[in-house]
Amino acid sequence: MATRPRPLSPHLQVYRPQYTMVLSILHRATGVVLAVGLLLLAYWLLALASGPEAYGGAIHMLASPLGGLVLAGFMLAFWYHFCTGIRHLVWDTGRGLEKAAARRSAVIVVVAVLALTAASLAAMLRLGTPA
Amino acid sequence: MSSGDPVGMRSPLGRALGLGTAGGGARHWWAQRLSALALAPLGAWFVVALLCLPNLGYAVVHAWASRPVNAVLLLLLVAVACQHSYAGIEVIVEDYVPDKGRKLAALLLLRFAHVLVAAAAMLAVVRIALGGAA
Repeated sequence: MATRPRPLSPHLQVYRPQYTMVLSILHRATGVVLAVGLLLLAYWLLALASGPEAYGGAIHMLASPLGGLVLAGFMLAFWYHFCTGIRHLVWDTGRGLEKAAARRSAVIVVVAVLALTAASLAAMLRLGTPA
Repeated sequence: MSSGDPVGMRSPLGRALGLGTAGGGARHWWAQRLSALALAPLGAWFVVALLCLPNLGYAVVHAWASRPVNAVLLLLLVAVACQHSYAGIEVIVEDYVPDKGRKLAALLLLRFAHVLVAAAAMLAVVRIALGGAA
């Protein structure tokens, strides 16, 4: 009796995928990505505090094609977690939880994330590689 | 028996202590929201302010980060971001690591890592602001 595995409730695979649940799990995933991003933020600040050579090395790495791709990923993760986070805070006040409202806010969030990320990437490209 | 708790699922001790089912859930929940509320403007400020600089060269960024207003906001950003990050990671570990020993080990390790990153990043900001670097 004690060794018998406990019954498990039906899990994710029994549900038809819906974009609202994809948005929900991505909020978690981008949160984890941003937690890793804190390491990069700390590294960047330490390089800036250590003087021009250390900072130049860090920026050289970040301005490389791979570094740019990583930064673009963090930018997307940041704006995603930012927008869905605000959506969660609104939900915490008890508002917008009905099915229709949740679907509407999901669309708003996706549009806002794409717009903010595109604007940020454009600004990043304008900054270019520092001399 | 109890007023304000019609279902009566809470123990008398829990009720007397003003606790929820597991003790600290409400506090953790509230801390996570509070840090989110602080982090939204701080994070947006950081990204937008950096992207509005003329370039990301050492002189420009160092001058920007050593202005008192920016240094204070950077300190707050690092502190709140690390706190919020740990609060989120904590819930994820609690959700996905069923084994008690591993859960405890993961939480300890992640907490130490967060405090280490926060301390290092905050020292860097202070050093920049006070002009300690060469």
